[in-house]
Amino acid sequence: MVPTSYYLIISGAIFVIGAVGVLTRRNALIILMCVELMLNSVNLSLIALSRQWDNLNGQIFVFMIMAAAAAEVAVGLAILISHMRHTDTANIDEFRLLKW
Amino acid sequence: MSLSLVLFILLAAVSLTAALGVVTSRWPVHSALFLLVNFITLAMFYVTLDAQFLAAAQVIIYAGGIVILILFVVMLIGSEKIGQAEGHRLWTPYVGVALGVLMLATMLYTFASSLPGAQNAGTALEGGAPKVVGLALFTQYILPIEMAAVLLLVALIGALLLARQPKSDLGKIDAPIAKP
Repeated sequence: MVPTSYYLIISGAIFVIGAVGVLTRRNALIILMCVELMLNSVNLSLIALSRQWDNLNGQIFVFMIMAAAAAEVAVGLAILISHMRHTDTANIDEFRLLKW
Repeated sequence: MSLSLVLFILLAAVSLTAALGVVTSRWPVHSALFLLVNFITLAMFYVTLDAQFLAAAQVIIYAGGIVILILFVVMLIGSEKIGQAEGHRLWTPYVGVALGVLMLATMLYTFASSLPGAQNAGTALEGGAPKVVGLALFTQYILPIEMAAVLLLVALIGALLLARQPKSDLGKIDAPIAKP
């Protein structure tokens, strides 16, 4: 059986990659994808620790995170589309208006 | 080296490569496909971690729902328009990578002492089969799951309201995407 710590290392590595993506990329869509990456790495560590402590609560947490992530990506993409309809760019630096 | 460890290393390599691909690829379509690969490898990790139901949910919700939604948006907006969004500040990548290294160092410093932890057989999980997860969801966690349902409904209505054409634009057809 693979030790739990290996899964935590992978989870941490994916989280850092996602965070670097959020910090370096300027494209709003790719930033959204990197946020999904980070959410998934947290899911992996929750499931690994759920096995570690022989407790189902971690898996329930992951289920709720999946629901929240689905809601987040739907609303985020809707905001992106409605913003791009007005400004014709996905550059995150141009996102500075709440109302037009 | 046991077979499960070999499988783990293979999956980890694919998963990390795909995660790097999401961050580094030029085109959003490629990023979305790398994201799909990463989600599928994570689902395989879940199977090895006694979470069969969540592995299926991962494939259905993330790979089947979220990535397809992102791909639809990329193709509706036009990837050439999104692809040009990368900007002009040269120092942004260096600062981002430096902050990432800092975060990794903090994690290593925090976890390094406790890494070779104990391991458990996972008998109470019963492999994370749908039956045991469903029993927990619909007895102990019935309130959170109802709230998740309301959250999804609100997000659906909100996304519809945000993304619909404004009334003043309804008469005219959307301008075609500008050619580069």
